[in-house]
Amino acid sequence: MNRTVIATLLAGAVLAFSGVAADAQDAVKFGVAAEPYPPFSSKEASGKWVGFEIDLMDAVCAEAKMKCELVEVAWDGIIPSLQEKKIDVIWSSMSITEKRMQVIDFTEMYYDTPAVFVAARSSDIQVSKEGLDGKIIGVQTSTTHADYAAKAYGDVAEIKIYDTQDNANADLVAGRVDVLLADAIALDAFIKSDQGGDYEVKAQAPDDPIFGKGVGGGMRKEDDDLEGKLNAAIKALLDNGKYNEIAKKYFDFDISGRTS
Amino acid sequence: MAAETSYTELLSFGDQGWGDELLLGGWLTIQISVCAYLVGMALGLLGAGAKLSGNRWAGWIGDLYTTIVRAVPELLLIIFIFYTGTSTLGQLFGAIGLGGDIQVSPFAAAVAALGFIAGAYMTEVFRGAILAVPKGQMEAARAYGMPSALRFRRIMFPQMMRYALPGLGNLWLVVIKDSSLISVVGFYELLFSAKQAAASERMYFFFYSVGALAFLALTIASMVGIFVAERRVSRGVRPV
Amino acid sequence: MTSEFFLDIVAELMAGTWVTIKLLVVAAIFGNLLAIPVAIARVSHNPLLWIPSYLYILVMRGTPLLAQLYLVYYGLGSLFPGIPEIRNSVIWPYLREGFFYAALALIVNTAGYSGEILRGAIQAVPHGEIEAGRAFGMSKRLIFWRITLPRAIQISLPTFSGETILLLKATALASTVAITDVLGAAQHLRSEWLRTYPPLIAAAIIYIVLTFGITRVFNWVERWLNKDRVQPKSAAAAAAAAIAAK
Repeated sequence: MNRTVIATLLAGAVLAFSGVAADAQDAVKFGVAAEPYPPFSSKEASGKWVGFEIDLMDAVCAEAKMKCELVEVAWDGIIPSLQEKKIDVIWSSMSITEKRMQVIDFTEMYYDTPAVFVAARSSDIQVSKEGLDGKIIGVQTSTTHADYAAKAYGDVAEIKIYDTQDNANADLVAGRVDVLLADAIALDAFIKSDQGGDYEVKAQAPDDPIFGKGVGGGMRKEDDDLEGKLNAAIKALLDNGKYNEIAKKYFDFDISGRTS
Repeated sequence: MAAETSYTELLSFGDQGWGDELLLGGWLTIQISVCAYLVGMALGLLGAGAKLSGNRWAGWIGDLYTTIVRAVPELLLIIFIFYTGTSTLGQLFGAIGLGGDIQVSPFAAAVAALGFIAGAYMTEVFRGAILAVPKGQMEAARAYGMPSALRFRRIMFPQMMRYALPGLGNLWLVVIKDSSLISVVGFYELLFSAKQAAASERMYFFFYSVGALAFLALTIASMVGIFVAERRVSRGVRPV
Repeated sequence: MTSEFFLDIVAELMAGTWVTIKLLVVAAIFGNLLAIPVAIARVSHNPLLWIPSYLYILVMRGTPLLAQLYLVYYGLGSLFPGIPEIRNSVIWPYLREGFFYAALALIVNTAGYSGEILRGAIQAVPHGEIEAGRAFGMSKRLIFWRITLPRAIQISLPTFSGETILLLKATALASTVAITDVLGAAQHLRSEWLRTYPPLIAAAIIYIVLTFGITRVFNWVERWLNKDRVQPKSAAAAAAAAIAAK
């Protein structure tokens, strides 16, 4: 009996340490936040990831002739995951901001959309300092929306911070928050969904620099090589029309953020 | 959407149901727990040895280890190890001189975090168990001229395990439950898959209940196993 | 480490510590109060009482606290707004806050664990004391409330110290449901300043300090409760005290 115990102990130790060995370097790991964020990324019951960002990722990888792997990570750990080399690219609707650029690099912007406030149809809430006095604003952690809400209304309203946008949406429906501030398209998908029927856009947030310059892929500062490849691929997709092809599947307006 | 698919369909395998995702999560939970438990046992034996060695520094390190794990929430330790582990390890290795790129897989990071936590509790279990073995046994072995490795293997270890088993059994349950915490850092296991299913289908109560029941099944099965093991290990010992 | 960063850490973590302490106190008081009926039911001979209690304790100890928390916060949380009586009632502002759900989950969970501990303690009460009560003609009910329960609480007090520390660590889970306790504040700081080490290490230090505080409090309570069992510091001191008293 002792032999088996010791043998299992050794086996377990070997198993545990085998994980420390260098990972297969071939596939480029794209980190996606592991929560439904339609129409950009969401997981179906079959386990397959679908959405605009997923399709764009596949197209970019095909264009750059790279093997890519989708890795699920927690949103509030996505930058540490990048720095820890658990993923190579952040591809999860992350806005390009000054603050983030101090720590990581970004690829070319691959979409740009404004932020909006969403509340119940029946609510006559005004999006202003007076209107939001004493109200509860729901935002996702580590987002430009959270930063803007704190900056603009932090002194009059209560800002509730959620680990995922999905949970924030659920709490709006549950009545635990009065209004949401998030990406226009993501909230549009929410409004169009079953549980979002009673909600509507109340106002669009002004174009504050805190929102950054669109959404791009997050990269480690030293990965210039990979960054160059991805940028070339993104540019190519915009030029040869494949970007529009993918975008048309989900949107009937231009989200590329380019004024050409 | 929720009204159309029945409960059994939601849980089924294949494309429409989340059953396969949940089962995969459960399998990963078991894998992680087993590996973390074994790592914890190794750390526990080391820790107990350090504390009992009589060496002042070793004892001090052992105490520091158990105090930190005892006082700091597991979730904080897991977040810390997950988000800083690789860079800390890289810096440590760099300081020693082993340069190069350290790549720690998420699985290894999860096992390390959970094993680190389990190890501190194991230290206490093993320390108590080793102290419970009558001193005369080891003295007799030494009188016979047994080398220390043989002494440990044939005299200390079997008897120690008998005293340690209740604590070890309880710790196994603790490890299984603590493994659910790694879902917070986005690691795919049982609770995480339940969370994803619940969010996708907007059926929170249902899927979280299913997840909880799955854990309950694991713990009940474990409790049966522990009961059997305790009976086996105590054979030949006069019932108290 | 700029002074701005440092001050922000201190300010937010102080606020977080206050939330953690509130959560701990509420859960400890109500959870342990709830543990008493759970333990009483568990030791009862009536199957209608001990079977549900046994199952309750089994579920509480057999499922992860995080799963229980999610079930309460998201599960109950999604059911409540659908009930108009609740939505328009006076308690609705409290039900909007995550604190209520976290506290509820902790209370229910603590009751299970503490109930089991208390059960063991009730069964460990020295039989002689109960017999003495019977010899005095005390009714069964009087014996239970006057002898068994207080003695059981005293027996289990050392274990409660450990349980309270576990409860302190359990409060950290509240940060996963948007509550700014110590860990929640540390996470917020982490995302705000994009620095991982300082907020987490500061949070760990706070938990260690709180743990020492709890241990201290329980040591004091134990000594206060056992004033009648204090042993003299040494035989010589006892002899000296005895002579001085003459």
